[in-house]
Amino acid sequence: MKTQKQHISKSHDVKASLPILKIENLKKTFGQNEVLKGFNLELYEGENLVIMGKSGSGKSVMIKCLIGLMEADSGYIEIMGHDLMALNRAELDELRTEVGFLFQGSALYDSMTVRENLEFPLRRHKHKFGIVDETTPLVEEALENVGLLDAINLMPAELSGGMKRRIALARTLILKPKIILYDEPTSGLDPITSKEIIELMRNIQKQYKTSSLIITHDVDCARVVAERMILLVDGINYAEGTFNDLAASKDKKIKAFFKQ
Amino acid sequence: MLGSSKIERFLIEIGDLAFFTKRFFKEVLSRPFEFKELLRQCYNVGNRSMLLVGVTAFIIGLVITLQTRPTLQEFGAESWMPSMVSISIIREIGPVIIALTFAGRIASGIGAELGSMRVTEQIDAMEVSGTNPFKYLVVTRIFATTLMLPILVIIGDAIALYGSYIIENIKGDISFRLYFNKALNALAFSDIVPATLKTFFFGFAIGLVGCFKGYNCEKGTVGVGIAANSAVVFASMLLFILDFIAVFITDIFFEI
Repeated sequence: MKTQKQHISKSHDVKASLPILKIENLKKTFGQNEVLKGFNLELYEGENLVIMGKSGSGKSVMIKCLIGLMEADSGYIEIMGHDLMALNRAELDELRTEVGFLFQGSALYDSMTVRENLEFPLRRHKHKFGIVDETTPLVEEALENVGLLDAINLMPAELSGGMKRRIALARTLILKPKIILYDEPTSGLDPITSKEIIELMRNIQKQYKTSSLIITHDVDCARVVAERMILLVDGINYAEGTFNDLAASKDKKIKAFFKQ
Repeated sequence: MLGSSKIERFLIEIGDLAFFTKRFFKEVLSRPFEFKELLRQCYNVGNRSMLLVGVTAFIIGLVITLQTRPTLQEFGAESWMPSMVSISIIREIGPVIIALTFAGRIASGIGAELGSMRVTEQIDAMEVSGTNPFKYLVVTRIFATTLMLPILVIIGDAIALYGSYIIENIKGDISFRLYFNKALNALAFSDIVPATLKTFFFGFAIGLVGCFKGYNCEKGTVGVGIAANSAVVFASMLLFILDFIAVFITDIFFEI
């Protein structure tokens, strides 16, 4: 029986600072199915942390608990010094402006144009940028960063899968978050578009100095973006380390992740 | 055992609907108010249903008059036609048939729209962007259906009476002014006010059920179809229950 955190590598430099995001002993059960059995995580400022796990291992449940879309059964979640479970609705909404979330299926609003999609998060949070009315410069800046300024007046149905993912990323960036959570950013995309999205994620991290938590089962994505990785197996963090540390492991369960 | 689990599921759903209703009343009174979205929804709901309501109401007027005329003729009571038609349409047939048409169009539309937003994580995306999706999507839609159905019923009733007039004019050579004089003179306060008041409740029920089914949609794209379908069935059933309650209360106060 493998013990939790068997392969931990403590050598990473970013750990010198305090974590910007922390999860302790997170548990979540659906009926008889215990999905998370005491998951722990620390994300540091400016870091790219990748969580890998099989389908149904609880990755998406964990990330939804993290942003308050799902309530955990027990455990502690701290984001930028705030205890997530102690926040009221208004405080949570305010904190969410600091945490961007890129959904697996992009989740663009079908009934709105690209411009309206990007303006939507600004409706309640213009004050963050000192804006009263005019939002066009922010929208254009966000679209320029993902290389899709020309698509400003298109509807989501007119966009390809890769374009949708880019626009979703632009919508995530528009509130200039300090942390970005990526839920399977390359799933459903062809290899070339996946590479473009991965490159975009790296550029964004450099430009905005964000901390990123990336959930994926795409080894190529993990190889390029991960500064540190956690393998989520059976609801716990089974192993932790750099990509190379984990890829070189002889452990059967860990090796299974890198066979592609 | 199967029967008891179905009853259990039904009771759980009623309980969930009660909590959903409670949340609506809590959110409707709290800031911020989504006026712009409310106006957009009012336009959508009213505009999308207007043609259907108009055609349905017109045909109801034609059919009622055509089918009733021979019977009244037998008793030499054709002159009672405008008052008979106006009372039956204003009191009962207009509100119920138009509300059922509205439920078929709007409850299924809202159920499918919100259901699809739920399964494609658009509602979650609103939530994480710091907007309250319940207030933005649900409160505005329920408010819009509550406000728009009474207006549609009033317009529909007028169109149904006009349809009835056309048949009467062709068959009996009655003038427009005489027909509507007779039709409106037959109506009393107790015919118009309870019938109009109950349409607010019908509109509320249709919006509530459509939003409830769509907002809580599960099981992917299959769930969207189920949400749309069950929204219509549940809303129609609720309309008849509400109608019975409304008629019962009206009977107590006005002795109809």
